[in-house]
Amino acid sequence: MSLRRILAMMRKEVIQIWRDPRSLLVIFAMPLVQLVIYGYGVNLDIRHIPLCVYDRDATQTSQDLLKHFQATDYFTIVHVAENYPDVIQQIDGGDCTVAIVVPPQFSENLHSRGRAPVQALLDASDSNTASIGMGYALSIIQAYSQDIQIEWQQRNGMPTVPPNVTFQPRTWFNEDLESMANIVPGVVAMVMAVVGAFLTSLTIAREWERGTMEQLIATPVRKLEIQMGKLIPYFVIGMMDTALCAAAAVWWFGVPFRGSWTVLFACSALFLIVVLSLGYFFSVTAKSQLGASQLALLVTLLPTFLLSGFIFPIDQMPVLVQWITRILPARYYVSLLRSIFLKGTPVRLLAGNILGLGIIAGVLIIRATRAFQKRLE
Amino acid sequence: MKFVSSLRRIGHMVKKEFIQTLRDTHMRWLLFGPPLIQMLVFGYAATLDVRNVELAVLDLDNTLESRELVAHFSASRYFHLNPYAAQRADLREGLDRGDILAAMEIDSGFARRLRNGQGATVQVLVDCSNSNTALVALGYLNQIGAAFSRDYQLDRMLRTAPQRMSTLPQVDLEVRPWFNEGLESQWYFVPGVIGNVMLILVMMLTAFAVVREREIGTLEQIMVTPIRRWEFILGKTIPFFLVGCVDATLIALVGTFWFGVPFRGNLGVLAAGLVAFILAGLGLGLFLSTVSANQQQAMILSFFFTMPMITLSGFGTPIASMPPLLQKMSCLNPLRHVMVLLRSVYLKGVGFDVLWPEIAALASIAVFLLTISVLRFHKSLE
Repeated sequence: MSLRRILAMMRKEVIQIWRDPRSLLVIFAMPLVQLVIYGYGVNLDIRHIPLCVYDRDATQTSQDLLKHFQATDYFTIVHVAENYPDVIQQIDGGDCTVAIVVPPQFSENLHSRGRAPVQALLDASDSNTASIGMGYALSIIQAYSQDIQIEWQQRNGMPTVPPNVTFQPRTWFNEDLESMANIVPGVVAMVMAVVGAFLTSLTIAREWERGTMEQLIATPVRKLEIQMGKLIPYFVIGMMDTALCAAAAVWWFGVPFRGSWTVLFACSALFLIVVLSLGYFFSVTAKSQLGASQLALLVTLLPTFLLSGFIFPIDQMPVLVQWITRILPARYYVSLLRSIFLKGTPVRLLAGNILGLGIIAGVLIIRATRAFQKRLE
Repeated sequence: MKFVSSLRRIGHMVKKEFIQTLRDTHMRWLLFGPPLIQMLVFGYAATLDVRNVELAVLDLDNTLESRELVAHFSASRYFHLNPYAAQRADLREGLDRGDILAAMEIDSGFARRLRNGQGATVQVLVDCSNSNTALVALGYLNQIGAAFSRDYQLDRMLRTAPQRMSTLPQVDLEVRPWFNEGLESQWYFVPGVIGNVMLILVMMLTAFAVVREREIGTLEQIMVTPIRRWEFILGKTIPFFLVGCVDATLIALVGTFWFGVPFRGNLGVLAAGLVAFILAGLGLGLFLSTVSANQQQAMILSFFFTMPMITLSGFGTPIASMPPLLQKMSCLNPLRHVMVLLRSVYLKGVGFDVLWPEIAALASIAVFLLTISVLRFHKSLE
């Protein structure tokens, strides 16, 4: 292995990247644009659920109940229905997610029989919003029930008992329960996975397709030197992208950073080696740019979005799918980034994830090196 | 006569494209294998359900009451009780490692305070690094706590004043989740996965269509043939359009028959929507292909477009939670319209009268992009 030949190869590669300003612009602009769009666009906080109310009782008591819904910022009353078809239309058309229907004789039932039902209709096609909305509605009704119970106990001269058990939640790692703090570190992983794999997926395939591989074969450069020369420039670009993303996450989005920068960069370097080798491997095996890019896209974009735990929690997936996520490098990186950013977890507890990435890196490097042959068919 | 010869030229172009694509064994597989596999895997993966939350308990009280509280949690399907922790440090380590999501610490004196009617507090530590899961878990926690309180209180009243029990006022909420009675996350996400998979397939295939000929140098050969530019574009588009239709049918069938997502709408509306969507995807791909100088640029650009399109489609996160500016921008996104359409057709079963704006939007995006691509494509070298 000769350092001079590697440097020469790197120089060629850098010049080639540098002379294509459009690609270069995208390489640096893309992570930032993605980060902004994801950072602001991906928000799982559910507030101000559009609510429709239909009060068939129209008494002081029923109005009192509905005021409880008005008072929270979980719901926004957008429509007061006059009849039942009106309610159905609101939900069918998607204008309201939840409708509260107070039946006739609500207050009469409550005072004479002690129990009174209230109906909540939910547009459950979006099950997540629906179940969170259901939770809010339940707790509002519970609070209302408790209020009238205490009032009743006081009126009947009974001792009022405070709620027996109260939970004192300590929300660790993300005190304000902001989904941004959770999403942004995931975005960094997402961007790195995609940028890394596609940067290298075309390098070798391009040489084959354009016929310049023949020229390379005629030079004394060895195959390992080609590999190094091709990957190092992209590694440097990738690390710059990581730094850019991490800086934006901390100083622009205000995501807390509790871990160590050294660990962050070490893990990112490892992850970059994995994704760059992955792209390189596709490039070597597919030999055409179309094939290589299709492969890279298939393996990085949607899997990273859906299987890495970025949005959908891995522990809720079926066991078989959980096993599939284990071969996905982004899974380890997303988890590492969240631990480093939000938890400041000590390195010894991160060992499992780092080991996972290390194993994938080793396998990929060996496969990629073996697959590349410096000769014409 | 002119029209017939034009049709013949398009026919030749289509034939050439088919031969070129299908001769490559890799490509043959790539056209149909991955969409199916993706549909299967992602259909399972995309769920925001929160069940079996890992919960560790440190019970320092160890009385009948504290065990009763813990039993309320272990009986619920929302929580999975990790073995009791022996000391406080275990809780911290479990949370750090990510083995548990929540930790409950019952102090000694819990039962005594309950019996005295002083009300007891229980400390709960929750890993909120994933705020959505944490929020839902906190909701469950409070519900179970309230159930325990109510049971305890009723039990007490039953012993002290049973005759007054019946008149204790209480409001019950009867919940009716429409369209998705079991609140199945999968029903919501599987139709969305169809949209994502289709977009990526169609767009990536066409993004390379024109630029590839240019880079390999075969565009020059085409230029010397009598084919016109719109004929060329059509000839490039039709094969991928057909591939897209076949794939769409395949994965829609998987959605219905494998995942059991109910199909309540009209097949015609679904077909119209998907055709318009595939055309829009083709238009976008072709547009990228005409503005790129080489395949690498085409690829970078399509990445650049696909990621925000998926994010801003309302697939994973509700559009209503986005800032107003991004909400407006998302109207230009064909994926957003097809998401609404797919979910409404599948789950709500609404028809053309409600969904025509989505189909119209998709069709106008398609027409706009295809026209621009034809205009941008010049049958000349540089």
